[in-house]
Amino acid sequence: MPTIYIDDNPYEVKEGKNLLDAVLSLGEDLPYFCWHPDLGSVGACRQCAVIQFQDEEDEQGRLVMACMTPASEGTRISIQHPDASQFRENVIEWLMVNHPHDCPVCDEGGECHLQDMTVMSGHNYRDFRFKKRTHRNQDLGPFINHEMNRCIACYRCVRYYRDYAGGGDLQAFAAHDHVYFGRHEDGVLESEFSGNLVEVCPTGVFTDKTLKRHYTRKWDLQSAPSICNHCGLGCNTIAGERYGTLRRILNRYNSSVNGSFLCDRGRFGYEFVNDDARILTPVMKNVETRQFEEVSEDDAVAKIAELTRDKNSVIGIGSPRASLESNFALRTLVGSNRYSSGMSNAETELVNLSRQILNDGPAHSASLKDVEKSDAVLVLGEDLTNTAPMMALAVRQAVRNQPVEKAKQAGIPEWNDNAVRELIQDEKGPLYLATPTNTKLDDVATKTYNAAPQDLARFGFAVAQFLAEESPKVIGLDEDVKSMAKSAADALKNAKRPLVISGTSLLNKSLIQSAANVAWSLCANGKKAEIALTVPEANSMGMSFLEGQGIESAFERAASDDIKTAIILENDLTRRVDSKAWNQFLKNVENIVVIDHLENETTAAADILLPAGTFADSDGTLINNEGRAQRFFQAFEDDSAVQESWRWLQGVLDLGKDTDVSDWYSLDNVFSAMTKSVDTFKGDIVVAPDAKFRINDQKIPRSPYRYSGRTAMKANVDIHVHKPPQDPDSPLSFSMEGYSGKQPSGLTSFFWSPGWNSVQSTNKYKNEVGGELRGGDPGIRLIEPKRNASPKYFTEVPEPFSPREGEWLSIPLHHIFGSEELSAKSFGLSKRAPEPYVALNPSSAEKLGLQMESRVSVKLDGTEHTLPITLHENLPDGVIGLPVGLPDFNGIPLPNWSKISGATE
Amino acid sequence: MLSPEEKHEIDEELKHLPYKESAAIDALKIVQNHRGWVTDEALDDVGEYLDMSPDALDSIATFYNLIFRKPVGEHVIRICDSVSCYLTGYENLRDAITKKLGIKLGGTTEDNKFTFLPIQCLGTCDHAPAMMIDDELYRDLTPEKLDEIFAQYK
Amino acid sequence: MDRPLTHHIQPDKQPLSLKKYEKQGGYQAVQKALRDFDPVDLQNHVKEAGLKGRGGAGFNTGLKWSFVPMGDDAPRPKYLVANADEMEPGTFKDRLLMESNPHLFLEGIILSAYAIGAEKSYIFLRWAYHLSKKNLEKAIAGAYENNYLGENIQGSGFNLDLHIHISAGRYICGEETALLNALEGKRANPRAKPPFPQTSGLWGKPTIVQNVETLANVPGIVNNGINWYKDISNSEEDGGTKLYGVSGKVKNPGLWELPMGTTSREIIEEHAGGMQDGLKLNGWLPGGASTDFMVEEHLDVPMDYGSVMEIGSRLGTGTMIVLDDQTCPVGMIENLEHFFAQESCGWCTPCRDGLPWTEKILHAIEHGEGKMEDLDQLARHSKWLGPGKTYCALAPGAVEPLQSGLKYFREDFERHINEQRCPWS
Ligand SMILES: Cc1cc2nc3c(=O)[nH]c(=O)nc-3n(C[C@H](O)[C@H](O)[C@H](O)COP(=O)(O)O)c2cc1C
Ligand code: SF4
Ligand code: FES
Repeated sequence: MPTIYIDDNPYEVKEGKNLLDAVLSLGEDLPYFCWHPDLGSVGACRQCAVIQFQDEEDEQGRLVMACMTPASEGTRISIQHPDASQFRENVIEWLMVNHPHDCPVCDEGGECHLQDMTVMSGHNYRDFRFKKRTHRNQDLGPFINHEMNRCIACYRCVRYYRDYAGGGDLQAFAAHDHVYFGRHEDGVLESEFSGNLVEVCPTGVFTDKTLKRHYTRKWDLQSAPSICNHCGLGCNTIAGERYGTLRRILNRYNSSVNGSFLCDRGRFGYEFVNDDARILTPVMKNVETRQFEEVSEDDAVAKIAELTRDKNSVIGIGSPRASLESNFALRTLVGSNRYSSGMSNAETELVNLSRQILNDGPAHSASLKDVEKSDAVLVLGEDLTNTAPMMALAVRQAVRNQPVEKAKQAGIPEWNDNAVRELIQDEKGPLYLATPTNTKLDDVATKTYNAAPQDLARFGFAVAQFLAEESPKVIGLDEDVKSMAKSAADALKNAKRPLVISGTSLLNKSLIQSAANVAWSLCANGKKAEIALTVPEANSMGMSFLEGQGIESAFERAASDDIKTAIILENDLTRRVDSKAWNQFLKNVENIVVIDHLENETTAAADILLPAGTFADSDGTLINNEGRAQRFFQAFEDDSAVQESWRWLQGVLDLGKDTDVSDWYSLDNVFSAMTKSVDTFKGDIVVAPDAKFRINDQKIPRSPYRYSGRTAMKANVDIHVHKPPQDPDSPLSFSMEGYSGKQPSGLTSFFWSPGWNSVQSTNKYKNEVGGELRGGDPGIRLIEPKRNASPKYFTEVPEPFSPREGEWLSIPLHHIFGSEELSAKSFGLSKRAPEPYVALNPSSAEKLGLQMESRVSVKLDGTEHTLPITLHENLPDGVIGLPVGLPDFNGIPLPNWSKISGATE
Repeated sequence: MLSPEEKHEIDEELKHLPYKESAAIDALKIVQNHRGWVTDEALDDVGEYLDMSPDALDSIATFYNLIFRKPVGEHVIRICDSVSCYLTGYENLRDAITKKLGIKLGGTTEDNKFTFLPIQCLGTCDHAPAMMIDDELYRDLTPEKLDEIFAQYK
Repeated sequence: MDRPLTHHIQPDKQPLSLKKYEKQGGYQAVQKALRDFDPVDLQNHVKEAGLKGRGGAGFNTGLKWSFVPMGDDAPRPKYLVANADEMEPGTFKDRLLMESNPHLFLEGIILSAYAIGAEKSYIFLRWAYHLSKKNLEKAIAGAYENNYLGENIQGSGFNLDLHIHISAGRYICGEETALLNALEGKRANPRAKPPFPQTSGLWGKPTIVQNVETLANVPGIVNNGINWYKDISNSEEDGGTKLYGVSGKVKNPGLWELPMGTTSREIIEEHAGGMQDGLKLNGWLPGGASTDFMVEEHLDVPMDYGSVMEIGSRLGTGTMIVLDDQTCPVGMIENLEHFFAQESCGWCTPCRDGLPWTEKILHAIEHGEGKMEDLDQLARHSKWLGPGKTYCALAPGAVEPLQSGLKYFREDFERHINEQRCPWS
């Protein structure tokens, strides 16, 4: 550990850092702009200037940029030196030359890095007395607002968007003081990760357009630590509310999961929470009119208690988008053998298989951080950008690891970003992609293989076979596929941290099994192999812990005479089963009880309907694909009857008296009841500090202490101070009152530190720049590998895919915008979702006599859809792709065989 | 679509460059030579050929002084406005041209014959003031000499 | 007097054909070096001769070469890049060499490439230099035909390819690392050093960037040796001859090859013929727009790197820009700062936003809208835009004429402000 001297005081710092990183990691302040913890240094803004002395004798020193200077043994610098501080003040003044004085109307105001640095640098009066230059702004689509005049040309946006996220359509234009950051013409930013610009930009150039529609200052938001519920990765977020509506989602740093970033689905998919279709009161269907009528909460609960008195007549269908606690409450109510996971049978099988692989095998279940750190990657089946977006971003970083290692050996530190990029040019570490069609990661792939799902699995098995003799042989593989498998195997074997990725999105068991074989065979070769298996929804993995059966099985059960009542928890079953099965199910059960937050086809079929909280107005625990249990906390509570689903069920259980649920008044107690009674959860599991947690006897406030209304949180209603809602479920308070120091990891409602109002304050919460949050990253892994287990290879290699005459294998194609139920209902995202289509390859289209604009009719499972076609160059022969999750395709089980023909219009 | 000539010329550049994107500036100059200026369509064409986004190309195009992203006249007059020409009377020359053609710096004549632009030092300071019309260099200029020069562009 | 850079140049300035050039001793240096010198020896030879970069910075050329990784495991290919951008206002020396003595320049390239083991070479040429391009292309074709370029040059086993890249125009392209980005087809923002181009340059490979005039010095050193090179100079420290130029209102503006260390007096009064009738010398920039003013008291300072540095300026490119007493110094400086502000690449804050500010202040003063505080502002900007503060040397260069102008022409500035007009207009 080198010792450096800052203003004559010695400090120990970690090897290999630059001075800015070192200074910030020590918790000291030094202003900066162009540097970013995830983007490294480029030395452009000149804001981080310090004086460096050659040795103890040197009194003169020279001005250097801290971000570009290694913190090596004996480095002596002064931050306080008048030359350094005056220079830094000057830099701000230059930046302010063209910066408008529009803070009062700027969305960034109050959480602006430029404001913070201006104050920190001491600049307060501007001598510039001439005209400012002005720019024209662009329309960048539904997510991002553009206000170029505020730009201070730190180049962070393009470095993030282009270099980090691989986007091509945001660039720097022109030169000198006319540099302009945007697109070459107005238009939607193409990257699926564009929203991070909002946090990357140190000022108000790129701001959240969805927030703009219901703008609130950071200091007037009541926020809570949350977990994204739009895919299975469980990215950590902050949900911010004001006056009963959710205003925005921000990233919440967690070095093991999403680090500093989010995908656009996660960031902009929140607005369903404010939708007009929210269910706010309990209703019951009038037996005669078949119309919903409001009922009191007590009556509703009593009615359900009555229906569930005979447990044997009830089934419960849970949901992978509901919390563990709510699912557990349902399971408790109906009994584990009448409880369903709310996933299809196929999905249930795959998720269970995934957990079994991660749990019983020797390969380590990879966190997103592990993905990012891996140095050779094999992807089997997943179009990550669309099924697990942040994992795609992590893979994009992973391919840099091997070349960066070379740069390091050439003496260029990793943080010297431009120099590293210059040295490695377009060199990429190994990434082998086996997917049905093109993906957005193809541009960084070493090799891609596009084939039908079972052929992809065969490829996976072949890779494993090259690594371990005992892994089953694949017979009849094409030579080129074989040689690609060989080179993938070699690349993985030669890597330090090889990683295999697969998942459930193609609903193909063999694929996941082949991935396990690859990972395990690497382990057998003495490698510490990682495996990442994606799952569809925020709590899919949690469902596997609760061991419910699939929906089809539940429906079969419902077909038997004794079942009279079904309780459906936060689940629109019509998205998951075909209409025939659904209608039959409705005929089979007399009473349908639904608890959910948004109206949908399932809630429409309810006899009793109860309002559930969303992620933003309820608390709960989710388990992500990695096996990490994480807690989300409610950002707000309104006066409606909305509450956690488990609370409704607790009411029912309490009346039923079968089970003692008298202590289920808080989330912690439900959670611990679950871990005690469900075998898959072993031992004492602490996901987050419990509701009794206090610092200095104080709760942790949800709003910062600059809150304008002070304690009048409901100034929209009246100016009186209402008693803040009590929160038995968490140690957070619904007010600005409480412990005002740094919130502990996992309870961070907002990142703030004296002098640091912007998201850059996260640095103050970390052990070191880029490191874990102080006190450890939140969440707890419930799945660990059995490192010494000898692999029990899966042996069933599927037959090669053979196209059928007159029939097409339709496979699911996923869309980051549109495929996921809740986010698709959000304002911005709905604008980005594709129209339904059918994808096929050009030669198939030609064979069918179809043109680009053709519409075809697709016959699937007795339903018929007329759709426009989309050509996918690389989709295999005999295979068509259908977008999942879009309204037209609800309830169609894929993959499936279908017939297509040119539509007659 | 790039014309066969444009393609051929870009290919010639690519021969001695290790990466496709390295030909970006050359390619922009090539299409400008053929088309007079770099149109939006040209960005798409070159982008497709070099596997680059039009935005990335425009980023480069707008950086450099000699790549036009707007149409220019048949002939481009570039008058040196740097220090040696300043000392030797570039301003008079500029005003004389403005008077003669009726356009200020940055302008294009109505008949689309001339575009009038400033340029940095032409490296002929011992013969200042100087200007270029297209590829032709004119030096030791005085306002009186302009008539004769412009007569050649009738 | 030895004129190794220009003695091949004929009165009509037409370049010699390759054959004629050979007849006059051309390409002997290549033959000799390939035969007698190991690359590292050649590096040392040039280092000892004391050749300093003629592009402006004056760094010892051989020393720079010695930082290039040599040997079998050095990264490949290595590159030699000739910096023929010559966009520094007031500078017109490389043009002469390329138009009228292209083979000497090529010979310098071949020798330098050999010294560092480069197998690829680029000439980064200004667009405006059409004649240079034409003459160079012809010379290069000849050199390939006669196996001074290409494979296995003169049977030595040394290979060298050479291409001309025509710049798309920006002053910053002349800065060596920005130049590399421009060669790579990118925006010409400079790069941070370290890593230096010598180890990670063009496309991340070891690269040497050298000015045209610098390269043209190498054949003479190889042919005639270290002592000769030191002897032909008038300077204590710096060897060789220098292309000195004068522009502005002198009787006979032009360019001359003279011993290094010739005084300004000799150059301005003798070679340039003194000021035009009726004008007096008010000051001059010694080596292009980015150097500090010199004034009458400096007329006898030898124009070599050390001596000019001592009086607070830089030799720069050695092409002087002369200010006469009938031209407004404030106007001249405004013109200069306008240039630099326009040519800032826009990468680092001080230069991008500071220079336009100085231009605006100068414009205000020149147009009768100046305030006394403006002079403090200009001084403040000069201070904080100086060496080491900005990302590259453009901005420090830009403030050289400004800070020295404030020093030598302070009264003129004050008169502008007091009279609220330009006294010269
Ligand atoms: C803004 C700027 C412009 C420059 N322009 C040129 C130029 O046009 N020609 C040149 O030879 N050097 C130029 N230089 C100097 C180069 O960066 C570099 O020092 C030089 O090419 C090295 O060659 P030398 O050692 O042979 O002088 C410039 C430097 C700066 C900072
Ligand atoms: S000083 Fe800075 S902005 Fe100016 S040219 Fe150099 S890098 Fe670009
Ligand atoms: S943060 Fe160091 S120069 Fe920008």
